[in-house]
Amino acid sequence: MSFLKIRDLSVVLRGTRHRLLRNVSLDVAATEVMGLVGESGAGKSMIGKALLGILPRSAQVVSGTIELEGVDLLTLPPRQRRTLIGQRAALIPQDPLTALNPSRRIRPQITDRLVDILGWDRARANTRAEEILNEVQIAAPDRVLGSYPHELSGGMRQRILIASAFAAEPRLIVADEPTTALDVTVQKQILKLIHEMQALHGTALLFVTHDLGVVAKICQRLTVLYGGLVVEEADVRAFFRGPAHAYSRALLAATPRHSDPEADLTPVPEPVIAAVQEQVLAADRSWSHA
Amino acid sequence: MLDGRALVKRTAGLRLWLSVAWLAALVIGAVFAPLVAPQDPLMQDLFTARLPPFWMPGAEHGYWLGTDSLGRDVLSRILYGGRVALVVALLAGLATALIGATLGLIAGFYRGWVDMVISRLVDIWMAFPPVLFSILLIAVLGTGLSSVILAIIVIDWTRFARVVRAEAMAQGAMDYVASAQVAGRGRFSTVLTEILPNVLPTITVLLTLEMGIAVIVEAILSFVNLSISTDDPTWGGMIAEGRASIHQAWWVLVFPLIALFLTVLSFSQLGEGLKDRFDPVLQ
Repeated sequence: MSFLKIRDLSVVLRGTRHRLLRNVSLDVAATEVMGLVGESGAGKSMIGKALLGILPRSAQVVSGTIELEGVDLLTLPPRQRRTLIGQRAALIPQDPLTALNPSRRIRPQITDRLVDILGWDRARANTRAEEILNEVQIAAPDRVLGSYPHELSGGMRQRILIASAFAAEPRLIVADEPTTALDVTVQKQILKLIHEMQALHGTALLFVTHDLGVVAKICQRLTVLYGGLVVEEADVRAFFRGPAHAYSRALLAATPRHSDPEADLTPVPEPVIAAVQEQVLAADRSWSHA
Repeated sequence: MLDGRALVKRTAGLRLWLSVAWLAALVIGAVFAPLVAPQDPLMQDLFTARLPPFWMPGAEHGYWLGTDSLGRDVLSRILYGGRVALVVALLAGLATALIGATLGLIAGFYRGWVDMVISRLVDIWMAFPPVLFSILLIAVLGTGLSSVILAIIVIDWTRFARVVRAEAMAQGAMDYVASAQVAGRGRFSTVLTEILPNVLPTITVLLTLEMGIAVIVEAILSFVNLSISTDDPTWGGMIAEGRASIHQAWWVLVFPLIALFLTVLSFSQLGEGLKDRFDPVLQ
């Protein structure tokens, strides 16, 4: 039995039949790093949001199951679901500038979960917060914990968000393009940090990104999405030797390479897009008849 | 060269302190009116009618800002009138903020049909002309201090509801709200700890503005004689009486007008000043 098992998940734009996720199925083993890649709007973030129960109001799950350790999150009553997600899962959000509450100090933003969900007392939660900040290489945890977010740099805030995600020892972390909003120089460090923390804690990681280079570095498997449809799911090594699907091959070919920065970029060819769009439409036809 | 930021900060500080100074003086004058006022504000004496303020020829000692056409001391009446103005500003402002902000938070965070109901209510409410609406309300409720306060609350809650709703919606879309929910926080507790503190600076500014507006509305209502009983001094009432004798005794009109003007201005500047000073995001 896999640790996270998503089956036939469909999400629509609320009040319409327009699907944002089209019968997505996905398996993640415990301690595995799964990359979710695709163009903007392919639905890669949507999967993480549906899983964590933070879909925007405009989106609605219409069918499918999301099983975490055998429990279907979608059929749990809201309160139990929140508690379960709070204990087992965490989020590393995209933009560190809006992911910390500007009017609260860092300390409660890390410790709240430990107190609310795990039932720890404040003292124990505070000790844990310092410990976890040490782990992400923040030099003066005590000072940082007493600071407001606007007093800290973007890279520092992302470190705090990573620490905060790992603080309660979740079994699964969703990282939603965690390096996109950062400086290129900081990106590398943050990526390395997430990778190290994941290895150290043995957490399963769902890594949402549009950067195949990042996937090659830290993921074991990856899922390629187009228009809310799973196009290909593969082992990372096999994928980079030669993707099975034409769209994946084109996507890989479109990735800029450090080895030859002068080379022209190769866009995904028209026929390939037409073919994958036809696949999306075919999926919708069979869905409408169901 | 002048450091722009320091300059902004200094002028912001100045504006805060000036408005605090005026409001503090007003509060002290109003609270201790029986001790501070040089005369009985209700005492009429036709022998001392229309005395000019102290720097003009013909002024009499003890009547610093002159007297009206019934010989009542203008300064004392302003101080007593300040009591009414401040009580209205405080009670009406706070109640309006509480009701409007609560509805705005609910509408902005919970969205859905709750938002629909509250927003449509606000739209309908705002279609009524406010002054006419308040006069109508007083006509139904009867005159008196509590009616004035109630009228202001009933009319002005929409101002808070609209702005706070928009702000709560913007905050609700932030990643930190999503993070709090992933961390198992309930909706109600999310509103209290994540949304409310970030909307509070806006509420504070609105509240002080609302206090100024409440002072004006009270003045308008007492100007048209719909506030409290005509015997008690109010700024609006004084302005109405002063209007009749503007050519013989301008001071009866001008001094309450200045008091009104400075008070409303101070309230609005107080809000801006407080925001500049205490909003953690701006610092």
